[in-house]
Amino acid sequence: MMQVQNKFKKKSNTLKFALVGNPNSGKTTLFNQLTGSTQYVGNWPGVTVEKKEGKAKFLGQVITILDLPGIYSLSPYSPEEVITRNSLLNDPPDVIINVVDSTNIERNLYLTTQISEFGIPIVLALNMIDIFRKRGDVVLLEELEQKFGVFVIPISASKSEGLKELISRAIYVSKQKNNTAFKNFYEADIGQTIEKIEKIISQAKNEKFGSARWSAVKIFEDDPLALKSVKLNEAQASKIASLKNSIKTSRNVDRQIMVADQRYKYICNACSKAIKRKCALETETFSDKIDKILTHRILALPIFLLFIFVIFNATFGQFGNFFKEKVEWFVNNPFALLFSDILDKTGASVWTKSLVLDGIIKGVGVAACFLPQIIILFSLLSLLEDSGYMSRCAFIMDKLLRKMGLSGRSFVPMLMGFGCTVPAVMSTRTIECEKTKLATIFVIPFMSCSAKMIIYSLMVPVFFNDNQPLIIFSLYLIGIAVAVLSAIILKNTVSKDTSSSFIMELPPYRMPTFKSLFIHVWERVKDFLKRAGTVLAGCSVVVWFLRSFDFNLQMVQDSQSSILAGVATFIAPIFTPCGFGNWRASVALMAGLAAKESVVSTMAVLYGAGDSVKLSEAICAAFSKASAFSFMTFVLLYTPCIAAVSAIRREFHNPKWTALAVCYQLLIAWVVSIMVFLIGNLFF
Amino acid sequence: MRTVNKLKPGESGIVLGIVSPEALKRRIIDMGITPGAVITVKKMAPFGDPIEICIRGYHLSIGKKEASKITVEKTENFLGEKVV
Repeated sequence: MMQVQNKFKKKSNTLKFALVGNPNSGKTTLFNQLTGSTQYVGNWPGVTVEKKEGKAKFLGQVITILDLPGIYSLSPYSPEEVITRNSLLNDPPDVIINVVDSTNIERNLYLTTQISEFGIPIVLALNMIDIFRKRGDVVLLEELEQKFGVFVIPISASKSEGLKELISRAIYVSKQKNNTAFKNFYEADIGQTIEKIEKIISQAKNEKFGSARWSAVKIFEDDPLALKSVKLNEAQASKIASLKNSIKTSRNVDRQIMVADQRYKYICNACSKAIKRKCALETETFSDKIDKILTHRILALPIFLLFIFVIFNATFGQFGNFFKEKVEWFVNNPFALLFSDILDKTGASVWTKSLVLDGIIKGVGVAACFLPQIIILFSLLSLLEDSGYMSRCAFIMDKLLRKMGLSGRSFVPMLMGFGCTVPAVMSTRTIECEKTKLATIFVIPFMSCSAKMIIYSLMVPVFFNDNQPLIIFSLYLIGIAVAVLSAIILKNTVSKDTSSSFIMELPPYRMPTFKSLFIHVWERVKDFLKRAGTVLAGCSVVVWFLRSFDFNLQMVQDSQSSILAGVATFIAPIFTPCGFGNWRASVALMAGLAAKESVVSTMAVLYGAGDSVKLSEAICAAFSKASAFSFMTFVLLYTPCIAAVSAIRREFHNPKWTALAVCYQLLIAWVVSIMVFLIGNLFF
Repeated sequence: MRTVNKLKPGESGIVLGIVSPEALKRRIIDMGITPGAVITVKKMAPFGDPIEICIRGYHLSIGKKEASKITVEKTENFLGEKVV
């Protein structure tokens, strides 16, 4: 055994710990507990897609904590693996806190065997120990510590147990100098060969690849990245080649499989000694029982549709409407009256009063009325995520999505798209195949986001008295249909012959926690409030100004003669074939490019209607049934808000494609809404 | 020699080897599918693909195409014992 070389230099005095572990092992929960922050946690592999940094205080000492994307190995082939590996190489932490899910210990320890060879000191956090103990299982910590050569601290991140011990242990390890030794996970001949290669490599130039030990293992495996990073001279290379050839391989089992096999054998052996299980691993768990029904060959689909129906009905049915009306009353009565009073008392001028009441409060207030429905939709979607059902959805839908050139992994991002396009687009990073990822991003905006919902909630009750949820549902279906068609077009043109693989963990079902639900919903509400304070208020003020003054900057009585009417009348004819060629609709759509909520708030300002009852009346006069439906279709399909477009641009890494996607969205929205208008005229 | 995609739900096999291109092979072995490990096929998705397997005490869904890269020896009486 060789000593770990401390080849990573320390830069500053603050300690830095990195959380590394398998996906879904509870790293983010631990991160939140340690740093007091509120990062989103979900129960599906791949929630954390980028590294996050936070500060923890321990006995007066400030420690930087790094939350890295979950990985199964240090390979690095998937984007998460690349991020995590590069972070460890380029900005090495003082200590790696290896988070291991004790309820799935064998596979989790596989990563441990890899990072323990990487050359950075580690401490092992045996997470979810509460669930482990509840099952009646027992772990012999000393045995485990001895086998893997690291400190093992049982913790429960969600219950905040064992965290102090964990941090003090990590601090202790960070102060130790070069006294951890590499464990040998390999049988005699392989182990010796690797050690010999390691000796050769420690004399060669090693360009940021990790310790000599790690490089040796990787070179033994013929890893292309390792071969590139470690500069060997000819003598060294031929020596290593002959060493490698001394180990026999077969067609089925090459050296790569051999190394993995050795690691797993070592782990199995260690676990059989260190862990006393009450029941066999294969015993049917509660989670299995739930799965028997939820992913049943025949029942799975009807149950999925039922869930969607329930979510839908709760949001748009009586339940959601009840809360909407309460907020509406509050905004229009106590809130608006209060401001009107204040303005009267302070003796504000007519136009200031108009600005505040007709501009800001009307604009923002109308959008705020729909916040309860957004909260309901988001809560229900996050319940699906936290419980672990989302990954089952991917399992159920994979084949269907594959036919469209997508994959099962596209499903979670697409479903999240009904909540908000921005996180949905970001979560596509878990899709390994680049073409599939791009196709998924391309179709996500057609999944009607919760801000667009506000427009439906406003317009549908005005024109369609019966079957309100059904009409809204049909809009969602149009969105899905366009997404499917677009994906198929893409599959047959741009992304031909994609061969994305589908391998995805199905984590056990977990009871969603209130805290997690709260974090998720709060994120969305905060986002809304931020928009309300900036984009919505700003848009409302601009629209108010443009519709209240004419080109001579004189306040006008009738907005028909305002600046806005003058300009928008030029654009409006584009929408005449869609049925909404009036200038107010065009302005609302333009405002919607900033944020979808501002479609409604702009209409409120334009029609000078403070509450949604008055707004409804105005809309009723301006639209027909067919043109209202066509307008909603246009809103559903056209370019998403600025925030979403910039998220798309970030993930595309290509402005040209982003522009293409935006043009496509505008064109398809225009064409489909014309079709809807023509067909609608036949029916309504 | 059989491959995992040929196993019916409820059947188990001991992994013999993986024959597949580099990146996919890496992914498969990183998930704990290595020679000697026991795979139990739990069920098929409603549309027949992917399948759900149990490996090393956890559940994994894997496409049929990917499953066809894993060769196994079928076991008759599976009682949760690992063959190492």
